[in-house]
Amino acid sequence: MSVEVFLRHDFPGFALDVSFALPKPGVTALFGVSGSGKTTIVNAIAGTFRPREGRIVIGGRTVLDMRAGVFVPASARRAGYVFQDARLFPHMSVADNIRFGWRRAPEKASEAEIARIVDLLGLEHLLARRPRALSGGEKGRVALARALLSSPQILLLDEPLAALDAQRRAEVLPYLERLRDEAGLPMLYVSHSLEEVARLADDIVVVRDGRVVRQGSVFDVLTGLELGSLAGSSPMGAVIAAKIAAHRDDGLTELSFDGGRLLVPWQEGAAGKALRVRVRAEEIMLALEEPRAISANNVLPAQIVAVDAADPKHADIQLACGNTRFVARITPASCARLGLTAGKPVFAIVKSVTVDAAPGSG
Amino acid sequence: MDAFLTPDESEALLLSLRISFVAVLGALPFAFCAALLLARTRFFGKTLVDGLIHVPLVLPPVAIGFLLLIVFGTRHGLGAWLFQTFGIRFVFSWTGAALASAIITFPFQVRAIRLSLESIDAGLNAAAETLGARWWDRLLNITLPLALPGIAAGIITAFAASLGEFGAIITFVSNIPGETRTLPLAIYTALQAPGGETEAARLSIMSIVLALIFMTLAEIVQRRARERG
Repeated sequence: MSVEVFLRHDFPGFALDVSFALPKPGVTALFGVSGSGKTTIVNAIAGTFRPREGRIVIGGRTVLDMRAGVFVPASARRAGYVFQDARLFPHMSVADNIRFGWRRAPEKASEAEIARIVDLLGLEHLLARRPRALSGGEKGRVALARALLSSPQILLLDEPLAALDAQRRAEVLPYLERLRDEAGLPMLYVSHSLEEVARLADDIVVVRDGRVVRQGSVFDVLTGLELGSLAGSSPMGAVIAAKIAAHRDDGLTELSFDGGRLLVPWQEGAAGKALRVRVRAEEIMLALEEPRAISANNVLPAQIVAVDAADPKHADIQLACGNTRFVARITPASCARLGLTAGKPVFAIVKSVTVDAAPGSG
Repeated sequence: MDAFLTPDESEALLLSLRISFVAVLGALPFAFCAALLLARTRFFGKTLVDGLIHVPLVLPPVAIGFLLLIVFGTRHGLGAWLFQTFGIRFVFSWTGAALASAIITFPFQVRAIRLSLESIDAGLNAAAETLGARWWDRLLNITLPLALPGIAAGIITAFAASLGEFGAIITFVSNIPGETRTLPLAIYTALQAPGGETEAARLSIMSIVLALIFMTLAEIVQRRARERG
């Protein structure tokens, strides 16, 4: 099931002109700073916005083709839309809310399927409540269940975590990860947070000023130096696909990736389990010689691929470690002192890493 | 009730209630559509329509009664056609009183319903649409239930206002006992007769009690709505 999107529309002082595809089930992040056109794109896919020009195909079905005069209304698009502000119906119980789309779906999920989703999102104890009696995180989960049960062919998530504080966000994120692994749907995840993108997405489409400026797998795009200027205030970092190699006696777990090994705090799971490792650019130090007596567990031999010192506040260094890319962010002064240029071999000292469950690993 | 009221008094009271009931419920569907039009759409001449709906609030009721008499009089025009074709006659009939009350209290209903429609988050409709609900489905299952407090408030205030209507009724359908003599007309009639002050006072107290009951009801409905929302 693939999704193709092409849109063109002129707003006063802003032109939208994008084209991209979601190749497979899994999460594609639509990333960009506020005002870059993300929500307009999602609204056009959902059918609540009619562009001047455009073509949208969802799973082989053309739902929008302005040239051919095709405009399937939102009520028949079968796009599950999770809004930033949840938008639960205040006059219905949670149970009625999550069955609203289900009652109107052309193919209805079975009662067993409903029970599974209620369980997946932890909603059993909330079913009898009214939306106003729910916390922000709970509202978000109900909105997710409601969209999922309308048997959608694509799931659109418009910053479902943006309205939540850090604690609620941490509460909902694991549910989103489970959803990604179990829903088997193409999901378009709108976000302006690289942290969320790095944790959830397989692919990423970066938009700026109404245009797609970068698209590809998170592993490639997140280590591209151009992202530094596109990401706004979001912290940069690499995402690496890794596997558990061994559990050591000293309580550390050894991970292997395409290009080396990483020592991380103890991880659940047998050897061979796939994990996703995030390394923020600020968490990497660079050295020209291999440091011997050092507290950091991970010192990786690497080669500089590119240097971006355009910004006076910091220099971004793209590194290759085997086939895997990292980004390090250091001061321009250090960059000049060490004479860092493309092709130079260095040692990357990784101060800390974040480990997440990998897509599809359950 | 007969223990407190004379037969004439209870006749006037029941007639008032019946006329107001028919007037308010008859106007309700039109008021809802008008409120929906004003709250949800933009069209050329909207200000004019808005003004027209509110005209009964500022026009002397006697003038409205006179206009109705011209339009629905059975001698000519629309009134003559209605009478000859369907046998429908509004003049000198309680249905005419209901029609006059409906027109006069129409703005109260439209205003209350419109306010509650405008307070509904437009995003809820968009959400319902992406969940497969078409426009009539959304109207029935999202808009209508959420506008219910406003509809109830509109019904109650319009009903209370309708009970007090005098000028339009007496001009349009006259003052016929048992047919068009509502509470205010009965008070007026009592005052015209020598020694009718006691009767007028009793009827006035009845009107005050009715008004208090309805205003309290309106207050309760609004408080309920606030607590729910």
